[in-house]
Parts: sequence; C-alpha cells; structure tokens
Amino acid sequence: MAGADVIPDPMEITLVIAKIGLVLLVILTLAAYLVFAERRILAWIQDRKGPNRVGPFGLLQPLADLIKLLTKEDFCPPAGDRWLFFLAPAMAAIPAIMTFAIVPFGAPVRIFGRDLPMQVADLHVGLLLFMALSSIAVYGVALGGWASNSKYALLGSLRGLAQLISYELSMGLSLVPTVMLARSFRLSDIVAAQEGGWFILYQPMAFAIFLVSILAECKRIPFDLPEAEGELVAGFHTEYSGMRFGLFFVGEYINILVLGGLAATFFLGGWQGPLLPGLLWFWGKVLAFAFLFIWIRGTLPRLRYDQLMHLGWKVLTPMALVNILATAWWLYLAGSSPL
Amino acid sequence: MAATLFYILATVMVIATILAITGRHPVHAIVYLVTSFFALAGIFYLLLAPLVAMFEVIIYAGAVMVLFMFVIMMLDLGHPERGGRPALGQWLPALLLGATVLATISYAAAGFAGDKLPAMLPGVKEFAVTLFSRYGVAIEVISLQLLFAVVGALYLGRRR
Repeated sequence: MAGADVIPDPMEITLVIAKIGLVLLVILTLAAYLVFAERRILAWIQDRKGPNRVGPFGLLQPLADLIKLLTKEDFCPPAGDRWLFFLAPAMAAIPAIMTFAIVPFGAPVRIFGRDLPMQVADLHVGLLLFMALSSIAVYGVALGGWASNSKYALLGSLRGLAQLISYELSMGLSLVPTVMLARSFRLSDIVAAQEGGWFILYQPMAFAIFLVSILAECKRIPFDLPEAEGELVAGFHTEYSGMRFGLFFVGEYINILVLGGLAATFFLGGWQGPLLPGLLWFWGKVLAFAFLFIWIRGTLPRLRYDQLMHLGWKVLTPMALVNILATAWWLYLAGSSPL
Repeated sequence: MAATLFYILATVMVIATILAITGRHPVHAIVYLVTSFFALAGIFYLLLAPLVAMFEVIIYAGAVMVLFMFVIMMLDLGHPERGGRPALGQWLPALLLGATVLATISYAAAGFAGDKLPAMLPGVKEFAVTLFSRYGVAIEVISLQLLFAVVGALYLGRRR
C-alpha cells in the first residue's frame, strides 16, 4: 500500500472497478425508483393514486422526471455566488455515494478462483470513514443555501447546519457500543460478530438512538426543518432548478439507502440471514428501512426547532452516553473486557 | 503508485492552502482549506496512519471548519469589502512566523536519515491503549478543560 511501490495485479484492479461501477449503477437506479416508490406509497397512505400514467403502473416515471430535470434551465440567481452555487449540489451528493464504498452488501463470493468480498473497500477504520464523510456532507447544505443569497435558503441552511452537527453527535455515540461488542471499526468484522445474534438484541437503545439520528441526518420528516415547505418555501434548495436541484433531491434518497444499509450492517447483521442468499437479505433490509422512512413521512408531523434541539442534545446524547457506560460495565462484568 | 498519489495530493494541498491564504472571500477560503485537509488526510493514509487521516477529516474538516462557516454565516461576514490587500505591516508577523516554522522543519528534516515506515500498521487498539494509559492524566486535564468551556458557554447563554 505504501512505502514500497506494489503494483497490484490487473485482475484485482478490474474487479474493484467492476464492483464500483456495479454499486454506482445499483445505488443510482434504486434511488431514482425510491423517489417513485415514495410518491406511490405516500399516495396510498393518503388514499390517492399517485403517478401511474408513464409506462405500466407508472414505472417509467423516474425516466420522465430525469428528462424533465435535464432539459430545464440551469439557473443561478444573479446575486448568488456562482462558483459555490454550482459546487454545492455535488458536495451534498458525493459523500453519500462515497460512503457506500465501505458497506458490505453480500457474502464473499468465489469468482475467477479468488475470494471476492462483496464490498468495495474493507478499511479497518471503516466506521470512522462513515463518520468523516457524514461530517463532510454538511457543506453541501450549508454552502448551497448561503450561495443562493436568498433569505429562505440561508435560514434553511443555517437550520440544516445546526441539525446535522447536533445529530451527528448522537449518531456517533450510538455506534460506540457496536464497536465495543465487535471490537473493531472494520465493517466486515462488525457483520461477522453478529453471526450469533444481531446487535439489535443486545443494543436496542443504541439502535433506537441511531434510527432517530439517521432520520435527522436525512433531513426527513419529522426532522425536515431545513426545507420546511410551509415556512421556508424549500429551504436550502429554494433557488435551485434543473439537474442541480435533482442532485440535491437524489442525494437525499441515496443517503436514505446508504444510512439504511449502515443501520442494517451495524444492528441487523448486515447480509446475514437464514436460507436466502446474503445479497437478498442485505437489500431486503435496506428497502425495509426505506419503507419505514416513507411510512414515517406519511405519518408524523414536523418538530419545532427548539423541540429538535432539545431532543438531540438533552435526550439522545445523554442516553447514548449512559448506554456506552452501561455497555462497558456489562462487558467488564462478563469478563470479556479487552484490558 | 503510492509516490504518484503522494505528489498529486501534495500538489493539491499546497495549491489549496495558497488559495485559502490569498483568497479574499472567507467562505471560499473555508472551501479551499477543507480541500487541503482532505488532501492531507490522504497523505496520512498513505503514511500508514489511517486513524490520523480519519481524525483529520472528522475533527478539522468536519467540525472546526463547519463552526467557522457557521460563524461567518451567522455574522454575515461572507461579503468581502472592496478593500485592497493587507499592508506589509500586517503580513510581516505572519511571514516571520512562517519563516521560523519553515527553518525548524528544514533543520529537523536535514537530520532525518531513515525513510522507512513502521512495519506494522498501528491499529486503533494500540492507539487507544497508549492514549489512555500513558497519557491518561493529560486526557483527564483536557477533558476537564472542555467541561469548563461547556459550563462557561451554558452560563453565557442562559436565559436572563
């Protein structure tokens, strides 16, 4: 890796590139169809029909949306900061896509006589990379709103900044017990450690805190204050149009998939499960999380700003800290402390 | 391959840092500085220090710079005036300090003979055990200091 110049074997590089391409394809397609699924499921919850005109059951709707977004005018407000305005949507979407590099999405398979892990990069600081990338994702929201030079967008991005920083803390703290149980930051180790029992059984509280925190990280109802339509028009992406708006929008759905995948990896045993192959289990869990998110959106009202901050700082963070201490005690008393 | 990556990252880092210093726009400067931190994290990773690389991104790019940006956005400092470049009197202390640091590093680098990296990848566990056993007292002192800061902030921000 470093020091000595090791030239990796070309087959290895080809396989890695193939995996990256496949993951990108699957994620982007799924994200597009998640938008469609959300519209249909919300319509179902609200006793409407939803988009059903384009293709059979409206299945070609994402394609029609894409064509519409690509052919729209790409407009930047004259008083805005052009450079940052054009950069911000990418800064919001790229960290979410990059996070998927560390998610193990299936059991290792044997192909061309070698063991191929179903994961792009198995870093031994994988969980920390996730924390790093999620802390970087804040910039897209903040800069997008600021560069628009509009008061709605600025208010939305300020709220988004405060919300993402606050809930990142409880999200990170809720993952500490997982690391304590698995004794590793490596995601494949965390999955392997759950062979006997999923971590949700040992850590229901950590799972609950993580679930609420990732809802807030996705900026979804009931935590959608950065884009609250009723008061801020569309929040930080008010001024965006065309594909740049599309990037913010799809980025949010990619985020749902990635965070759902991580929740499955940390608490629901990742790709593990009886009978069915690992790939199916993993994607089934991810889609179950996505459905849960859509269901919550169709059910709950929005929080007020002070309630949001109260929940993050005065409820979730202390609970996560107590949970860490309790887990440490438990591990110590069980005699499996590493020290 | 590692050497090629190093030179690319180093170039990105130096250019981004220069732009961060010379740029007149505070928000642009933040973006450049974050780019520089990212490239630095890549270099740390190449030097077999993945943990430091991640801390670099989480703490500096993800927390410190976000707070900077929050302050700039809250206080509406993002619109630079039409003023000229800083005068020589303002540059001089920075130049002096920079020259001193450069001289120190050059001096240290001149005496550095080995070019070998550690054979073993220092893991998270070794790092944690060293940090909390050998530097335990320092950790406690620093955490007390942070606690004081939190209490102070609460005191200043309380409802009157």
